[in-house]
Amino acid sequence: MPEELEAVIGLEIHVQLATRTKMFCGCELSFGDEPNVHTCPICLAHPGVLPVPNEEAVRYALKIGMALGCEIAPRSIFHRKNYFYPDNPKAYQISQYDIPICGEGKLGDIRITRAHLEEDAAKTIHVGESGRIHGSAASLVDFNRGGTPLVEIVTEPDLRGAAEAAEWARLLRETVRQLGVSDVNMEEGSLRVDANVSVRPAGSTELGVKTELKNMNSFRFLQRGIEAELERQRELIGAEGTVEQETLHFDPASGDLTSLRSKEEAHDYRYFPEPDLVAIAPTEAMLQEARDSLPELPAARTARYEAELGLDEAQARLLAGDPDQAAYFEAVVAAVGEAAEPRVVANWVTGDLTAALRAADDAERPAVQPLADLIGAVASKQVSHAGGKQVLAILVADGDADVAAVIEREGLAQMGGDDGELAGIVAAAIEADPAAAEQIRSGNGKAIGAIVGAVMRETKGRADGGEVNRLIREQLGL
Amino acid sequence: MAELTDLTVAEAAAKIAAGEISAEEYGAAWRAAAAADELNAYLWTAEHAESLEPDWNGDGESAPAGEGEATPYGSNAPAPAESGPLAGVPIAIKDIFTTQGIPTTAGSRILEGYRPPYTATAVRKLTAAGAHVLGKTNMDEFAMGSSNENSGYGPVLNPWDRGRVPGGSSGGSAAAVAGGLAPAALGTDTGGSIRQPASLCGIVGLKPTYGAISRFGMIAFASSLDQCGPFTRDVTDAALLLGVMQGMDQLDSTSVGIEGGIELPTREDLAGLRFGVPRELGEATLDAGVRAVFEATVARIEELGGQIVEITLPHAEHGISAYYVLAPAEASSNLARFDGVRYGLREAGDADLVEMYETTRSVGFGPEVKRRIMLGTYALSSGYYDAYYGQAQKVRTRIAQDFDAAFADVDFVITPTSPSVAFELGAKTDDPLAMYMNDFFTVPMSLAGIPAIALPAGLAAPEDGGDGAPRLPVGFQIAAPAFAEQKLLEAAHALEGALGFEAAAGDAIPWKGGARHA
Amino acid sequence: MIDREQVLHVARLARLRLDEAEVETIAGELSGILEHVDRIRGLDLEGVEPTSHVVHLENVLRADQPWQSMPPAVALANAPEPFDGAFRVPSPQADAD
Ligand SMILES: [Mg+2]
Ligand SMILES: [Zn+2]
Repeated sequence: MPEELEAVIGLEIHVQLATRTKMFCGCELSFGDEPNVHTCPICLAHPGVLPVPNEEAVRYALKIGMALGCEIAPRSIFHRKNYFYPDNPKAYQISQYDIPICGEGKLGDIRITRAHLEEDAAKTIHVGESGRIHGSAASLVDFNRGGTPLVEIVTEPDLRGAAEAAEWARLLRETVRQLGVSDVNMEEGSLRVDANVSVRPAGSTELGVKTELKNMNSFRFLQRGIEAELERQRELIGAEGTVEQETLHFDPASGDLTSLRSKEEAHDYRYFPEPDLVAIAPTEAMLQEARDSLPELPAARTARYEAELGLDEAQARLLAGDPDQAAYFEAVVAAVGEAAEPRVVANWVTGDLTAALRAADDAERPAVQPLADLIGAVASKQVSHAGGKQVLAILVADGDADVAAVIEREGLAQMGGDDGELAGIVAAAIEADPAAAEQIRSGNGKAIGAIVGAVMRETKGRADGGEVNRLIREQLGL
Repeated sequence: MAELTDLTVAEAAAKIAAGEISAEEYGAAWRAAAAADELNAYLWTAEHAESLEPDWNGDGESAPAGEGEATPYGSNAPAPAESGPLAGVPIAIKDIFTTQGIPTTAGSRILEGYRPPYTATAVRKLTAAGAHVLGKTNMDEFAMGSSNENSGYGPVLNPWDRGRVPGGSSGGSAAAVAGGLAPAALGTDTGGSIRQPASLCGIVGLKPTYGAISRFGMIAFASSLDQCGPFTRDVTDAALLLGVMQGMDQLDSTSVGIEGGIELPTREDLAGLRFGVPRELGEATLDAGVRAVFEATVARIEELGGQIVEITLPHAEHGISAYYVLAPAEASSNLARFDGVRYGLREAGDADLVEMYETTRSVGFGPEVKRRIMLGTYALSSGYYDAYYGQAQKVRTRIAQDFDAAFADVDFVITPTSPSVAFELGAKTDDPLAMYMNDFFTVPMSLAGIPAIALPAGLAAPEDGGDGAPRLPVGFQIAAPAFAEQKLLEAAHALEGALGFEAAAGDAIPWKGGARHA
Repeated sequence: MIDREQVLHVARLARLRLDEAEVETIAGELSGILEHVDRIRGLDLEGVEPTSHVVHLENVLRADQPWQSMPPAVALANAPEPFDGAFRVPSPQADAD
C-alpha cells in the first residue's frame, strides 16, 4: 500500500497592467488590433534604443504589493534575462531578479514570495502550412503586445489541493481587479496562472520534484489541470517511477498534459543588472500615494465582517468578494439600524434577494431604503417571512416601491392575536380536522403540521407560523 | 577652397554667422573633401544623399514632425536648423549613431543595408544647432577594436602614414578629422575608442563623463561604459560640440547633462592647478618616444604654473582585466538582438529557427565580435558570474575609489593616452591581448565614468619604423572628476596653447597637406 | 583552461556556430585572455560593493503618456521577411521559453 501523497502547489501569476502605454516605451497598449501597429524603435529593439520605465506601472506594482501585504523594497533594480526567441526582440527580457520591488507578503493563508515588474513578450502566431516559406512551417511575430507591463506574483508552495489553488487564484484575481490595475481576464491573457505542482509523503517537509503547468486559461482549467497532474504524479510514484522536472501544457479539451520542453538542456539566462536603467527607490510620497489609493480588499473586508458584524466566515467571504454587493450590504445594514442584526441583513442579501434577482432574470437590486424597510417589517413581525418574500418580488420589479404601501395593498399585514381573527381561523381549522386534533392531543407533535398548513392556506401566508402554533396548542388545552 | 577647410569649426561658424563666408560654399568644400576620401574613413557621405528617398512612413511622405526629444520616431527636424551655434557646419558621424533613413551599420555586415527609423539624440542636437551630417565614418565592428582593422568594410588608414592604423574603434572619425576630410567628427568611447585614435591621429578627442551626453541612438557596445564625444582639431571646438550635445535626455534614463552647460575655454595658464602623475606609470610598458613626449609635456605644465604631484592608482593595472570582462559581458547581451528577425542580415531564413539564428550571426559578425560575445557569454554563464563579472564590478569600485582619493588631492590626473604611436596595419591582429593593451591608460577612466581628454602633445619616431621613419603624433591624456568638463577644457586649452602642436608638426600635419598623399 | 566542450556550450548559448577551426582558435584565444583576466580573481575584494553603474540616479521614470507609434510600413521596412503585416520567422521547435 503506497503511502499517502500530499499535494504541494505554488502559483506564478502574470498580471498585465492596464496602463495606457508599454513598460519601457510610449506605444499604446492594445488588444485585437492589426499586427504591428503599436510599435516604435524601442519595442522593436532597433539598434541604439534605450528603455525608460513607465511611472504608472511602478505605481500599480506598489499597489499590488501593498494589497498582498508585501514588503516594499527600499531600492529595487532591473536585470536582463537573456534568451533567444522571436517574441523577445532584444533577446533579453528586462525583469526584476534578486531585488524585486515587492518582497514577502501574504494573501489569505498563502504566503507570497515576491511580486516583480517586467515586460511581456510579443505574440507569435504559428501559421504552419499557410505561412510556409518553401516547405517548412513558419511563424509570424506581432509586436503589439511586446513590452506590455507585467507584474509577476510568485507564491510559496503553500497550496494543498487543486480546488484550494483555484479558489485562492480567484481571491487574487478579485483583489487585483478591485485595485483597478488590470483587466485580469484569463481568456484574454491579462491574467495568466502557471502552477508548480509536486507531491510528497504526507507529513514530510521536503519538496518533491515539481513540474510547471502552463496554459490554463480559466479557473476551471486551472483546477482540472492541477488535478490531472497530481493524479499523474501519484500514479507515477505509485509505480515506482520518478517525476521529471519539466514544463507541461494542459489541453482542456482532451485533459492531456504534454511536455513543452525538458529542462535538461538547462536554461542559462545569464542574468546581470540592466545597465540602461537606474534603481527604483520608492519615496515616502510614492508609498503614501499608493497606500491612499488602496480600496478595502476582500480579505480585509471578510475579516471586518466577521469581527464587527458577527457574520460567519463563509457568509462574510461571500459578501466581501464582490465589492458592489458588499457596498450594498453595508448600506442596508446602516439603513436597518437597530431594527435587525447584520447577520439577518446578510441572510436577506445573500439568500432571498439573490434568489429573487435571479428569478427576475438578473434584475437590478432594489434601492437601499425599501429593502431596509422590508427587513425591519419582517423583524418586527409586521409581515411574515413568507409575506416578506412576496414584497421582495415586488421590490425587485419596482426598486423604489413603498414597502408599507405594498404590504397594505397586497393585504400582507401579519395577523396578530389581538383582534381575534387569527384565533377564529385556527378554531375553524381544528374543527375541520378532528382526527389531527386528536393525534396532537394524544402526543403526536408532528400532526400539528396539517392544521398549521390549513391556517396558512386560509391566511395566504399572512400569519406568523410561531403564533399559529401557539394558538393551536392553546385552543387544544395543551 | 583650401582656406575654408583650414578654419576650425568655431572660426567657420563665426564667419558664417557674420556673413563673411557662405554656408553653401563652406559645406560644398567639405563635401568635396569627404568625397575624395582615400583613407576608407567614410562608409557613407552626403554625396549619396540624392539616391536615398526619405520615404519613412511608407506612403510617400517624409516622417512627420514630432514632439521633440520625447518621441524617438518622427522627432527629427526635416532639415538642419538654419541658425544656431553650428549653423552651416558639416560634421562626420561615427556609423554607430543611428541616422533616420541614412544607412547605419556600426561597421558590421550584419547591418548592411539597414536604414534606421530614427535619429540618435546626439546627432539631433547637432542638427538642431545647425550642423549637417557630412558622412558616416568607418569603425571597428560594433566599436570593438583599437586599430579599426575589425571593420566589416575594410580598415581605415592613418593619414600620417597609410601603412599604419588610425587607432580604434572610432578610427574613421579620427582619420577624417586628421586627414582633412571633416572639420569635426563624432565618436564613441567605451574603453578609449575616442582618446586612443585621437592620439594616434594627432588630434583632440574628448570622452565626457558617463551620462553627460545621451546614449539614445548610439548602438550599444557596453552600456555602462559607452559615452559619445567629439574629435576636433583643437580644444575650443571640442568644447563647442560638447556644449551643443550635452544634456539630460528623456529617452536615456542614465543621462544627466552638465550643470551650467559648457562655455568656450579661454584659460592661458595653469597657475594653482595640481596635476597628479600616477606612481604606477614608472613601471608601465610604453615606448621611449611616448615617455619622452609625456615628460616634456609635464615640464610645460610646470612652466605654465601647474603643480605636479605624485598620486597612486593601485588598482588601475587591473583595469584591462575588469574591462575585458565587463564590456564583453554587456556586449554579448547588447548584440543578441541581431537575430535576423526584424532588420539586418538573415541567412538560412527558411530553415529551422535555431539554424537561422546561428547562421545569420555566424555570417554577419566578424571574428573579434564573435570572440567578445563568446568571452562575455562565458563570463555571465552559470557558475562563472561571481568569479568574473561580480569580481570585475568590484575591481571597478576600487578603481573609482582610487580616483576619488586622487582627486581629493589634485585637480587632474595625467598619463600618456596610448603606450605607443600608430602601429603598422596587421601588426597586432593575431594577438588579441596585445591589441587590448592599447587601452591600458584609457580604460581606468572609462570604468570610473570620469571625463578625459586626449591632446596631441608632440611627435615620436615609431619603434617599429627603422631609421629615418617619419615621426608620428603622441597623445597626452588629462582626466578630471565627474562633470568637471569645464575645468578640464580650460586646462587643456591652456596647455594646448603652450604645446603649439600644429606649429611644431608643421608641414607634416595631414590636414595641411602633409602626409595626406604619402 | 577553457576546453572544446565549454566553447561549444557557450557558442550554443550565444547562438553562434563555429566551425572546427574556429573552435580551436577561440579556445586558445579565450584561454589566453582569461589567463590575464584571472589575475583579478585572486584579489581580495571581500566586502567591496560591486559597481554596475557609475550614475547614481534613482526613479528616472516616464509619464504614462502615449506617443506616436510607427506606421506598420516603417516597422516592417527593414524586415528580412515581412509577411501580412508581421515578421515571418522559421517555426520554433521545442525550444520555447
Ligand atoms: Mg516572468
Ligand atoms: Zn514602442
